[in-house]
Amino acid sequence: MLRLEHIKKTFNPGTVNEKRAVWDLSLHLKPGDFATIIGSNGAGKSTMLNAISGSFYVDEGAIYLDGKNITFVEEYKRSRVIGRLFQDPLRGTAPHMTMEENLALAYLRASEGSNPFSRISKKDKAFFREQLSLLDMGLEDRMKQPVGLLSGGQRQALTLLMATMVPPKLLLLDEHTAALDPGTAKKVLGLTARMIEKHQTTCLMVTHNMHQALELGNRTLMMDSGKIILDVEGEERAHMTVSDLLNKFQSNSKRALDNDRILLSME
Amino acid sequence: MVYVIQTALELGFMYALVALALFLSYRILDIADLTTDGSFVLGAAVSVTIAAAGHPFLAVFAALAAGACAGYVTAFLQTRLGVPSILAGIVTNTGLYTVNLMVMGWSSNVSLLKQDTLFTIVRDAGIGGDFHKLILAAAITVLMSLLLVWFLSTRLGLSIRATGDNKDIVRASSINPVFTISVGLCVANAMTALSGAVVGQYQKSADINSGTGIVVIGLACLIIGETVFGRRSVVRNVVAAVAGSIGYRFLYAMILKTSVVPIECLKLVTAIVVALAIASPALKEWGSFQKRKFGSVQKGGR
Repeated sequence: MLRLEHIKKTFNPGTVNEKRAVWDLSLHLKPGDFATIIGSNGAGKSTMLNAISGSFYVDEGAIYLDGKNITFVEEYKRSRVIGRLFQDPLRGTAPHMTMEENLALAYLRASEGSNPFSRISKKDKAFFREQLSLLDMGLEDRMKQPVGLLSGGQRQALTLLMATMVPPKLLLLDEHTAALDPGTAKKVLGLTARMIEKHQTTCLMVTHNMHQALELGNRTLMMDSGKIILDVEGEERAHMTVSDLLNKFQSNSKRALDNDRILLSME
Repeated sequence: MVYVIQTALELGFMYALVALALFLSYRILDIADLTTDGSFVLGAAVSVTIAAAGHPFLAVFAALAAGACAGYVTAFLQTRLGVPSILAGIVTNTGLYTVNLMVMGWSSNVSLLKQDTLFTIVRDAGIGGDFHKLILAAAITVLMSLLLVWFLSTRLGLSIRATGDNKDIVRASSINPVFTISVGLCVANAMTALSGAVVGQYQKSADINSGTGIVVIGLACLIIGETVFGRRSVVRNVVAAVAGSIGYRFLYAMILKTSVVPIECLKLVTAIVVALAIASPALKEWGSFQKRKFGSVQKGGR
């Protein structure tokens, strides 16, 4: 499904700020894989997602999606098949446009090659309404309101809907519940799991919550210094505890985990 | 008096196209497009030159196309070549000066003498009598307003609106922001050129300097309209742009009649009004901060 082959990315090469963000990283996701990613500060988690979504081109290596080499495909073209959510709920929606208009934009992905002058039809509206009601937040009655009026959690739920309404081949979640209050985060996470289950979407999810990393999905990746240092699934993962994960991190990276948010979230 | 009102309405409708263009570039795309001055003259030059050759209708469409080309150059500079957007407009505008002279046969103005214009054709067709100019000007602007409202509700229009609102989501919807910015600037400059084209035929002349300050006047119109009508929806914004333009021309006519402000000072006054209006959020914030600071001193804070 997704194959990363020895990708490398260095930021600010040749300067004092040189940073090897991702170094010789390889990964293979099978169709329907839902992998959670944890790692230390600056381990390259977001950089890996950015490389996959095409925010920049990698310096070396190749990226394949569904057998197609997408290493040098532009970001906006990749987004036809790759959905993405960021930590910041403001990044995924246009605040001055109505909910309906935002959904219509997201829906564009489905209508490749359709008439650019077509407008939102009655049928589209009914479809949006039905989709919004699935979120169970009462948003379906506020379709004409600008998105800027929604709360962070509501905006993130809407972004999730926009990313999955037309099921993408690959969904990238970059700590998409980290900026929400615990209750809302739980709700959005539940929605996420439901959407992924429903469409059997292949998914990569960065999280700072060790419990989540083991509970959600079928696979856990651990990153450090731009590499994947642990990749567990199946039986081995099922028996793992949070302290096993921490020990694994120490033995594989030869140092203690230093992600402040992970440590803070371990109560 | 009727004559004054009528003229103000005519000019208001014709120049409203510039305010609509700025609504698209400045408000929707969030780009201060300084190509405007040049593309207004370009529209007038193309329109008058072709009308002088006996094709008043063709002249309008040629002006639209010329304006779109000017917009594309600005868009190309900023999206493909990394020129900052304001500079891109200034560069195109500077280049257009020469282009405009060339269109007018290397002279600084061209006039229509006995050739037909859109206005004489309407008059000769017996439409509107004394009001034929007003009717034509209003018809063109209303038509363009409706087209703009319709355009902004299509999928392409929605993606242009999203480009100015949040570029990330445009890319995430598999639309290239380079494309939406280009289309937006082409449409905006085509409308500016249309304004120039209609004004050119109305005045039966085109002058190389007729575009100076058009962008600031257009912004003034937009802001006047928005103050009265608000900015809540696209339809309101479009109405505001047209109404603001008419309002500005009424003010202009009144100042001209009563000489409250010497007419030579009008551009300065317009510039000050626009600067204040655009600065008002910052001024308000400064004011409330000073109030708070002063208040805390009064309470004997420090």
